[in-house]
Parts: sequence; structure tokens; C-alpha cells
Amino acid sequence: MSFRIVVLAKQVPDTRNVGKDAMKEDGTINRAALPAIYNPEDLNALEMAIEMKERIKDAEIVVVTMGPGRAAEIVRESMYRGADGGCLISDMKFAGADTLATSYTLSMALRKLSPYNVLICGRQAIDGDTAQVGPQTAEKLGIPQITYAEELVDVDEKSVTIKRRLERGVETVKAPLPCLVTVHGSAKECRPRHAIRVMQYKYAATPSELASADETRKARVAAKPELQIKEWTAADLAADPDRLGLAGSPTKVKKIDNVVLVHKEAKVMDASDASIDGLMKELISTHIVG
Amino acid sequence: MSNVFVYCEVTEERGIADVSLELLSKGRKLADTLGCQLEAIVIGSQVKELEQTLYPYGVDVIHYADDARLFPFTTLPHTSIVVGLAKEFKPEILLFGATSVGRDMAPRVASNLLCGLTADCTSLEIGDHEEKKTNTVYKNLLYQIRPAFGGNIIATIVNPQTRPQMATVREGVMKKEIYKAGYKGVVKMVDVAKYVSDTDFCCQIIDRAIEAQKVNIKGAQIIVSGGYGVGSRENFKLLYELAEVLGGEVGATRAAVDAGFIEHERQIGQTGVTVRPKLYIACGISGSVQHRAGMDQSGKIISINTDPEAPMNAIADYVINGSVMDVLPKLIKYYKANSK
Repeated sequence: MSFRIVVLAKQVPDTRNVGKDAMKEDGTINRAALPAIYNPEDLNALEMAIEMKERIKDAEIVVVTMGPGRAAEIVRESMYRGADGGCLISDMKFAGADTLATSYTLSMALRKLSPYNVLICGRQAIDGDTAQVGPQTAEKLGIPQITYAEELVDVDEKSVTIKRRLERGVETVKAPLPCLVTVHGSAKECRPRHAIRVMQYKYAATPSELASADETRKARVAAKPELQIKEWTAADLAADPDRLGLAGSPTKVKKIDNVVLVHKEAKVMDASDASIDGLMKELISTHIVG
Repeated sequence: MSNVFVYCEVTEERGIADVSLELLSKGRKLADTLGCQLEAIVIGSQVKELEQTLYPYGVDVIHYADDARLFPFTTLPHTSIVVGLAKEFKPEILLFGATSVGRDMAPRVASNLLCGLTADCTSLEIGDHEEKKTNTVYKNLLYQIRPAFGGNIIATIVNPQTRPQMATVREGVMKKEIYKAGYKGVVKMVDVAKYVSDTDFCCQIIDRAIEAQKVNIKGAQIIVSGGYGVGSRENFKLLYELAEVLGGEVGATRAAVDAGFIEHERQIGQTGVTVRPKLYIACGISGSVQHRAGMDQSGKIISINTDPEAPMNAIADYVINGSVMDVLPKLIKYYKANSK
């Protein structure tokens, strides 16, 4: 393959659907109560990657995800929708990484995956909303970036042209390749799984997953290289251990506070005409409105 | 002595952005607590009334990079200049607006300097920190405080060892306050060629369509705000109607914006704007921490919700148990009836 598009995707707890059982009595997070999902804007990024692949002859899409073993699900989900291969970066040494340590880890994986033409990821992940890892990774690799991508205007072997969504308008930017693109949630939604691709890739597995799989699956994966999800540890990346995980993270969490609501003495009323009439009279007489 | 630095954004009209003036106001207070100076970094071209605008906020030094190629903003040259200045002047603290400019560039600066960066802080304070493992006490660190994990917790983040301590803050979170009307500082012109190389200009802006700010919900005295519970774009029309009758503006939660009910510039909360109106009418808003972070300083709060247990009700002054579509027409009706 001559043109390589790398999608950086993350498995995240679904913080948008936090139920009442999401917090434990002691104020810590009950991760078991939160389903793990494909970070929404990373799906927008996957779609844009597939669009790029459709416009370039001989392009391939490789998905890279960092996380625990179960994050291999992200690679398979990407394959069902259009990715050609993937790589799970997983090691206990990565635990507790802030955005700086994460971007270092990703940059080491990308050096191993080099040469690449486009790196593409969601603008931000819903569990942190920082929007930092993409640009931080681009800086480490010394490549330009286009953030907040909303629409792919053009791509060829040398450059990419993207329409960006800004606070109060849009901007179209052309950048030379290799380049990192972060995709905004307002970009096109990702196409759904393709039935044929699901059949084709459902046995794809990492070496760790294969270790506990049955013989048929082992044989199947061994026979088809496209079903072999790569799995890299810190040692495989030749990463500096001092720059990984908690140890490599300059930001420290000093304190976590539970969200405690201080109850005010609220006036509670129903929606009857008399109640609303009374409320309006009070608001007007106290000059809050009018 | 290491100082507090603020990256100041240049607006379309070549003035200084409000979010930067808000950060300078906060930066001045931090500098006073630390007993150091406040420095501003301005990168652009033909910026208008630079000194008159910045000095009253207590700015001691303006680092001004003036080059036609530096406006409008592109990532790489601005990053190179801020990185260069940070290496040379070693700031203690470096703040950015959490705008599409600040959030684009600050991560690159932090990545280059190998520094910590905290996004979308809702509060910044100075305090000490004890690292229990090593038994080390760090004096006068920047506490970077923000909601985290979907707003279920509030985290205080510190960077004990790396400098500068970096943070981004959304527009409207800090209050814009003049420090001293007659305050005077100095301008230091930045030698652009020293920091920026030609390859930094490899990205070309082909087209730009930036609108002037249309709505100003930050300045509104009354805000009628809708959540996902409003249900549809169509239903939001009732909110506009009430806002017009009361002389207010319409705001929304992130959920309502994400659902496409209303445009993003009306979003209130940690990832939108922060407002302090006299009256905030929350329509069908459950009240996540991120949303409340953007409105809990409101004078009076009315919460209209079918769920009596909605967290918004806990911070409200008036709670109306009912549906938005039922209550709003009545509010309009009885305002008209009583306001004569």
C-alpha cells in the first residue's frame, strides 16, 4: 500500500448516559455501571478516513487504540465499518497517563507504524473533553495539524484540504502531508457496519485474545493475516519508561470532590394558572423582571 | 522572578479578545498573590490600541510579534513563538483562552515544553501541595480546577514539577475587571525571525468566513435556557417568545445543542459560555455539573421540570413542577397581564 491513513480511536465510558448508580457510596466512580463505547468523534474521524480512502488509489486504513485488552473491540468495530487493520497498544505501564504521557506513547507507536500519510482522530474524547492528545501527538512527530475538521474538501498524495468548524464560522485550510487531522462532531456521521465486513472480520483478535481462544479460531486467524490485530507493549515501542503512565505525567490530581448540591430554600409550585400568576406578580414586584 | 503570562488572542477586528482580557484580570490577581509581574503575549499584525487596551488590566510587559504572516492565526508559527518566549522567559504560569485558537495551540506548546496542561478550568487558585510519597511540599502552585468525568466529580489538578503551569479557560468564566486605569507597562517587540522558520508557514488558509458575534448572551440580564427536555427545535420557539417578551436572550445546554435544537453560540456551561444574569429560567434542564458551572452565579433561578428530583431544582429559587410546553405560555400570559 502506498498511502497509509492511521485513525487514532479511544474506547471511553459512556459519560453521556450516567445513571444514578454511576457513583459509588464513597464518591468514587463505578466504572462497571458505565458501558464502554467508541468515542463518538473518533467515529466521525473513521468516516473521514474512509472517505479519504475512497479518493486515493491503494490507500489503507490502520486503527490504533490505546487501552486495556478489551479495547481490541474498537479495532474490530472499525474493521466492520471500513478499516483494513489495527493495533492495540496495551501495557500496565501506561496506566494513569495524562495527555502528555498518552501523546508520547502514541507518538512512539506511530513512529513504529511509519511511514504514514494522514493521522486522523476525533477532536476530543467524552471522558476528558480536553482535545489535547491529537495536537500533542502531532507536535511530538513534528507534523502540521488541522483541528475541528468538518468536511474533507480534497486529498491527494501530497496534501489535504479541510473545512474547519470554528466558533463563529468556517475556514478552509490546505496542509502538506503527513498531517494530523482532528474531526469535529458536526462532520459526517460514520457509516454503519457492513454485513460482509462483519462476516469477514469477526474473528479478528489480538495475540492475548487468541491465547484463550479455541483451536478453530486460532487456526482461522493464523491462516489470514488481516485478522491478526497487532498488540504492542511499552517494550515493543522502545519507549522511555520515565515518560509513560503516571510517572510520565506532569499533571497530578491533588483532590477529587464529589459534586454536592447545596440545597437552597426553593419555592416549589405546580403549573396551575394561580401559581404562575402568583410567581409573575412576585417577580415583577421585586423588580427581577419588568 | 518567573512571571504570569497570558496568550492574548487577536480578534477579526484586530483588537484583543474578551476572553484574553478576562484571563489578564485573573492573571493580575495570581501575579499579586505570587508577588510577580503579569506579561501578555500578542501575536498578529497591525493590532489596534494595544497598549491602551492592555495596560489597564495590570499588564507589566507586552511581548508583541507583528508580522503580516501572523494574522489570521495559523498553528505552527504561533506555537513556535510561544514556545520560544517560554524557553527564554521561563513563565511560572501560562494561560490561554479555551477557544478554537487556544485549544488548537496550547497542547502543542505543552507537548514541546513537556509541561502539564489542564483544559477548560472553571477556577484557578494559588495554594500549596504535599506529595505524600516523597514527603515534599510544593509552595504556591496553581490549582487548576475543573469538572471531570462527565461532570460527576470536580478535580483539582496541580503540576508540581514542570514549568510553566499551563491551563485553558473558557470565555466568560473569569470576570473582566480593570486593575488600574492609569497603569503603565512596556512593549517588547518580538524578533519573529528568531523563533519562526519558513516551514512553519506550510499550511495555507484558502478561505475564511467568520461572522461577527451575533448573540450576546453573556451580557443578557434575563436568560431563558432550554435543555434536551425541550424536545425539538420547534419547541424552542416558545423559549424565544418568552425571552422576547421579558427582554432577555435564549440559552441552551450542550445536550440541546448536540441534538441540533439550537446553535452552538448559545451554549451555556463548561464547554460553552458562562453567564451571570439577574434571572435564569431553566426549561427542561436536568442540571449537569458542567451546565451549572456556567450559570450558578445567576441572581435568581427558576427551574421548570417534570422531574421533581432534577439536580437543577436543588440550586433553584423557584421550582415549577410541570412541562415546559404547558408552563411557558402561562408565564407569557401572566407577565403580560401583570406588567402594565
